[in-house]
Amino acid sequence: MAELRRTMLYDLHLSRGAKMVPFAGWEMPVQYPMGVLNEHLHTRAHAGLFDVSHMGQVILRGPGVAEALETLVPTDVLGLAEGRQRYGLFTNAVGGILDDLMIANKGDHLLLVVNAACVEQDVGHLRQLEAQGISVEPVTDRGLLALQGPEAEAVLTRLVPGVAAMRFMDVAEFDWQGATLWVSRSGYTGEDGFEISVPADHAVAFAEALLAEPEVAPIGLGARDSLRLEAGMPLYGHDMDATTTPGKAGLGWSIPKLRRAGGARSGGFPGDEEILTELADGPSRLRRGLRPEGRAPIREGVEIFDAPEGGELLGRVSSGGFGPSTGGPIAMAILPAVLADGTTLWAELRGKRIPVAITPLPFHQPSYRR
Amino acid sequence: MLKYTEDHEWLKQDGDEIIVGITAHASDQLGDVVFIELPEVGREVAEGEEIVVIESVKAASDIVAPVAGVITAVNEGLPDNPGAVNADPAGTWFFRIKPASVDLSGFMDEAAYQALIG
Repeated sequence: MAELRRTMLYDLHLSRGAKMVPFAGWEMPVQYPMGVLNEHLHTRAHAGLFDVSHMGQVILRGPGVAEALETLVPTDVLGLAEGRQRYGLFTNAVGGILDDLMIANKGDHLLLVVNAACVEQDVGHLRQLEAQGISVEPVTDRGLLALQGPEAEAVLTRLVPGVAAMRFMDVAEFDWQGATLWVSRSGYTGEDGFEISVPADHAVAFAEALLAEPEVAPIGLGARDSLRLEAGMPLYGHDMDATTTPGKAGLGWSIPKLRRAGGARSGGFPGDEEILTELADGPSRLRRGLRPEGRAPIREGVEIFDAPEGGELLGRVSSGGFGPSTGGPIAMAILPAVLADGTTLWAELRGKRIPVAITPLPFHQPSYRR
Repeated sequence: MLKYTEDHEWLKQDGDEIIVGITAHASDQLGDVVFIELPEVGREVAEGEEIVVIESVKAASDIVAPVAGVITAVNEGLPDNPGAVNADPAGTWFFRIKPASVDLSGFMDEAAYQALIG
């Protein structure tokens, strides 16, 4: 096994008492002494600081870069205004999802943020655009921080006046003590907040400056997972993968009419036939929310049946756990689309079947500043 | 005086019964406990049998019977307040077990347990 990589905030995590775990080839904080439950609740009530420097940042540059990227993602990249960001998917030839990503238009280039576990694959995938004169530049000299929660704006404004004017999914650059920050108003928690790319030589000082603010606590991967689960956000490699179509992953919303059948720039991305046919017909299966009865969490892999005994195996939990803000267990699974919200199914847990109700996503309503 | 198992349980003798809980170290390792399933009172259990399901925000694990015996009582309020385990592990019992005869001499004392967890 290859040696785990460390972010530039590694020593800071240790100094804050973090418990470090391997994650996607990196040694990352899973929790701090506050604990996952309280870190989660702190983020929903105040502001949480996450080190997401393990994620990949990639710059794409060159004439016609938006058109070029549209050959790999079923997203409207051409229509993405300067200073704006959009969610997208890399798809494969059979209509599966290679990764999910953020795409920002920064004027003379596009900035992509991709999953840590997929960086190498994604960069290799993007290199096919080089034949069209596009340069693919992995950003290796910057950290990435996320500041999330209802008090994130007030906190960040003290350090970086100007961010308050940003709307949800805006991107902009700001100066902080001589360093250029790349800021987006977005996140992975269902809260208002920001993701901030900071030059390596300023990363620790910037993180410490944020942590010095009374509203801010450092938050680990444990709470990041429960926050995104409550927000109904899928996690790559769990709720979707190379065999899951955008339709089944419940991500059809990220594919605009313009890229769909009959649209002005219909198709032209890997797996377009499979993906667009499925979206036109309506996917037979769909990522759904589940609320188990009682307090027992149902976790990834738990089988879901349509009867309290015997019956048909309908699917498996793709993400599940305890929702600190919802106050009970929650889960997601890809299940037949025909089943109505509120339908009772059964999860098999330790040899017993537990009733679970299909529940609309998200479990926790987001509070973005649009 | 408390005794300890290698499974990070604390044991306290009370007459011909043993009261069982988990150590602060176990509670720290588990993280925030969100679900507990206790055994039925009257159940006869074997030594090492998994009899309590305990789930934290991170993962599911089990608590095993430290000795063979009969479950004589469980902490019935605990499933509704699983966080008590983290707040006060030493003061939060899970179950009482009655073995054929109580003999805790084979278990670790405080010093030996501290040495085990380093």
